[in-house]
Amino acid sequence: MSTLTLAVRDSSTMLRRNLLHMRRYPSLTLMLIGIPIILLLLFVYVFGGTLGAGLGPSGDRADYANYVTPGILLITVASAAQGTAISVAMDMTEGIIARFRTMAIFRPSVLTAHVLGSAIQTMLSLAAVTGVALLVGFRPTANPVEWLAVFGVLAMITFAVTWLSVALGLVSESVETASNLPMPLVLLPFLGSGFVPTDSMPTPVRWFADYQPFTPVMETLRGLLFGTGIGTNAILAVAWCAVLSVVCFLWAKALYNRSRAA
Amino acid sequence: MARPLRPAISATGLRKSYGDKVVLDGIDLEIAEGTIFALLGPNGAGKTTIVRILSTLIDADGGDARVGGHDLNGEADAVRALIGVTGQFSAVDNLLTGRENLRLMADLCHLDRAAGRRRIDDLLVQFDLVEVAGKPVSTYSGGMRRRLDLAMTLVGEPRVIFLDEPTTGLDPRSRRAMWEIIRELVAGGVTILLTTQYLEEADQLADRVAFLDHGRLIAEGTPRELKRLIPGGHVVLQFADQAELDAAARTLVSSTRDDAALTLQVPSDGGVGSLRALLDQLDRASISVAGLAVHTPDLDDVFLTLTGQPDHERAMAR
Repeated sequence: MSTLTLAVRDSSTMLRRNLLHMRRYPSLTLMLIGIPIILLLLFVYVFGGTLGAGLGPSGDRADYANYVTPGILLITVASAAQGTAISVAMDMTEGIIARFRTMAIFRPSVLTAHVLGSAIQTMLSLAAVTGVALLVGFRPTANPVEWLAVFGVLAMITFAVTWLSVALGLVSESVETASNLPMPLVLLPFLGSGFVPTDSMPTPVRWFADYQPFTPVMETLRGLLFGTGIGTNAILAVAWCAVLSVVCFLWAKALYNRSRAA
Repeated sequence: MARPLRPAISATGLRKSYGDKVVLDGIDLEIAEGTIFALLGPNGAGKTTIVRILSTLIDADGGDARVGGHDLNGEADAVRALIGVTGQFSAVDNLLTGRENLRLMADLCHLDRAAGRRRIDDLLVQFDLVEVAGKPVSTYSGGMRRRLDLAMTLVGEPRVIFLDEPTTGLDPRSRRAMWEIIRELVAGGVTILLTTQYLEEADQLADRVAFLDHGRLIAEGTPRELKRLIPGGHVVLQFADQAELDAAARTLVSSTRDDAALTLQVPSDGGVGSLRALLDQLDRASISVAGLAVHTPDLDDVFLTLTGQPDHERAMAR
């Protein structure tokens, strides 16, 4: 069997294992979808009136629902990342991982399965959150091609963040650490253009907000959904996602192989 | 069997340390195909480290090892294709059912669908897991879990099997069932490296036994050979007071006395005839015996004799 066939076959076997875990224990998935939905409702119905007025002279709650949804979508990605780190860390405590290491299989398949499984889970969460957003007044003007591009951007950032969270799950000594490490990711949309435009922030915060990876992703999503200017954001978003994915993939792989010396 | 006699596992000079702590201090092993080899030793002697190295889980710091003729360093994947490992900690997926666990193994061993299903059904029957096959492993008892663990190891029909303390924590009945399974495996021609803390287990199962102590092999041989290393059995006589002990010690010249415990240790084969003779001799001298214990040599004696003193005393002597 060629390396590629072996890689695909073993990864899909492992993916089936991860999907079974998710199906059998849906509580983690539900919690991960619940957090962004609660934030969405909170920001639209509690803060939405006031924050909407801040968007411009004619801004209201409906405008804010449109503004905040891309931010909430990234919260969804970040919150799923926490779930990934937890399940990777939990998995590594299981004896079965040692068994996999003594088998003649495609070694990284345990990791690729976690990434694919979590990516599928995240895309489902994103669909659910988008559905709720549409119910509470999110009214994008995108055409089908732009929707496809939205899907592409979300898939890219999901992939990048998932590899990051797999690495965080591996580097954690315990499941508790794994659940805390990805926490800052959930804050990133707040410290960016997710909830309010960055030009309303004091200079040091604004500087961070403008140059962190989530902002160009959110701005690209807004541009695709509502036809606002995208500019260099699309290229920045792709570059961030690509760099994050590659670096975190290599990091995760090194962490997974490390224990052979231990 | 007409197979050439080549070792299934061979190792020379295996070394491993963690920081300053030397775990393995030059281990040489040669295990013939189709035999059971038991590694005996107390906790921390390095048994699990040997298994982890030979099963490609960790690298040795020094030394060479081959499994099934393949070098551990250069041909780890070839080794992995031959071996099966059942570790001390259960290597089952708790969130899946028993059948799903076996199916996972069948797929990872790249069995085709029909062959995989046949193999799984056979193993479920062989390991008495048919009734619980559809239940999540998290609901299994310790014995069921251990049986599933071994069944998973066997899905790929490994030629060399590592069993790291396969019966630790099992009740006596499950332990005997596990022994039976292990015997059947060897009858089928596989080679087994077994680690255990139970000398009786090694005595029951192993063709050859090696004692591991502080990272070194201190003795190796068949159980019979090892038992020959130490003096034979003895009878321990207990006396009520010092006077009786003195009298008995004068009568039985070849004995060793323990004044503190008021006991006398007399060499004996433990047979009924020699016991009767011994008691008659004491009777004639009008010495009354308060108690009597017969001791036949077992691997425990061998181990204690070889290591000189019990473990805790040695630790204090350092």
